[in-house]
Amino acid sequence: MEALIDAVGLHTYYGASHILHGVDFRVGRGETVCLMGRNGMGKTTTLRSLLGLTRARRGTVTVRGRDMTRADPSAIARQGIAYVPEGRGIFAGLSVREHLIMAERPGPDGRREWTAERVLDYFPRLAERLDNQGTNLSGGEQQMLSIGRALLTNPDVLVLDEATEGLAPLIRRDIWNVIRAIKATGIATVIVDKNVKVLLDLTDRSVIMVKGRVVYDGPSAELKADPGVLQTHIGL
Amino acid sequence: MTPAAPLTASTAWQAPSRFALLLLALAAVLAFYPLYGEALFPGQHDYFLQKLTAIMILAMLAMSLDLLVGIGGMVSLGHAAFFGLGGYALALFGPEYEAANLWTTLPMTLGAVGLAALVIGALSIRTGGIYFIMITLAFGQMFYYVFNDADFAGGSDGTYIYVRPAVEVFGLKLVDLGDAVTFFYVVFAAMMGTYVFLRVLLASPFGKVLRGIGINPQRVRGVGYNPDAYKLVAFVIGAMLAGLAGYLSAAQFGFVNPSMMSWHHSGTVLVMVILGGLGTLHGAILGAFALEILHAVIEARTEHWLLVLGGLIIVMVLTLPKGIAGLLERLTSPRANRARTGHEDRGES
Repeated sequence: MEALIDAVGLHTYYGASHILHGVDFRVGRGETVCLMGRNGMGKTTTLRSLLGLTRARRGTVTVRGRDMTRADPSAIARQGIAYVPEGRGIFAGLSVREHLIMAERPGPDGRREWTAERVLDYFPRLAERLDNQGTNLSGGEQQMLSIGRALLTNPDVLVLDEATEGLAPLIRRDIWNVIRAIKATGIATVIVDKNVKVLLDLTDRSVIMVKGRVVYDGPSAELKADPGVLQTHIGL
Repeated sequence: MTPAAPLTASTAWQAPSRFALLLLALAAVLAFYPLYGEALFPGQHDYFLQKLTAIMILAMLAMSLDLLVGIGGMVSLGHAAFFGLGGYALALFGPEYEAANLWTTLPMTLGAVGLAALVIGALSIRTGGIYFIMITLAFGQMFYYVFNDADFAGGSDGTYIYVRPAVEVFGLKLVDLGDAVTFFYVVFAAMMGTYVFLRVLLASPFGKVLRGIGINPQRVRGVGYNPDAYKLVAFVIGAMLAGLAGYLSAAQFGFVNPSMMSWHHSGTVLVMVILGGLGTLHGAILGAFALEILHAVIEARTEHWLLVLGGLIIVMVLTLPKGIAGLLERLTSPRANRARTGHEDRGES
């Protein structure tokens, strides 16, 4: 399978704190990968290192075959990597409409599969709130806006950090349904979330991190069949 | 890139808000001043006409700064340098004792100011916050002292523009800028044109990205836009509009000197923008008129006008966090609509 993201030997620091210790992480075209681990194990730092938002001191990040290790985060995003950050990343001064206008652009190969119409079809609640300020939306609506904004960049890979954190159960279900639908379109997804059961059912491959190292990287179906691994590394 | 159909605002007729009507009414009061000014202020009409023209030029300068400060989050203390550069460009590009040709001197002025802004912007926009303020202040003062000490620009005394620029086509005079009323309307058109241009710019995807940069540049980077490129374009556009204002100011007064470029001038325009309401554009116009009118009224009554004006500005900034524009919008909005008006506090979510 063609690797869209291929990170090798990432060592990332926050000041003097050594957070990632030689992390390898790969995402293939159309693949759905979950990144699991207890709090503080380096999941978000791994995502930020892939996206160039927190620069790895050592290691390499290759996106669609190009070395993007020292690239600006905007250049990495332009390679078709869309990020839905923890906390949703809504701009306080912009309306829903403005968020979507800002994001809309063709993908790296000129594709325009995701249009405003299609995004608003997926998220009809956003269509009703186009003129609302992003920060006047509910948590679920903000997450929909964040995902919609990411889709409008026509990405090859969608990276979701804490996709359903802090959302009501019904809203969480809606978000998971949308992620399933996105998976079905062939967009590769990387998901960080605490809902292990859903992640194992939804994803093709699971990666478990402990103290900044990858301790498991294999098919989600195998991990589901071996609860001992989850018990050992995540405590479930 | 043009926004897709569902994202373009509805084309169905919507009644303008009371606030928009108020702004239109204020614009109409201003536009018709030459018609009723003499009747209202006999003997002082010419002075007021000249004063209003000067304020409109300052309003253009304030709008150009609002693009940087209120929209792009770039607080510049060197913006007046571009205003001064625009004025000096008219003085230096035009003949000394004849009318300069507007069709050649204005593009040359905008080109020169744009080029200077491109160089200064490229060196400045990589910094942020206090460092951006300091570097723009340094560049502004550098220009100030260069022109202050330059013989070719008249040194600290400045230089004169003896004849206002000519607006001619094949020798036919289109408008007479020497006529005070005509010049008032030319400046009014330039101010409204600047407002409409910036409104259109901010409605475009470029404008949305720039607003996003003003809120959180790192987040914009994550969405796939390089903030430095957008900030540089905005910086150059803002500088060219400031240069246009400087050109008109030099044409109006027939005189330029280094004080046009001083950091005091940049600071005064920044006060106008903050007082009027950051990031709204019309706030910059309101701020320019409010500050200049307050200045004139208080100065006429006391020699300690700076103390009184300073105190008033402090009170207004403390009590009107969204400026005069925010106050007027709140006063004219029906109570039910106030909760959903799109002027939330800026900041990170």
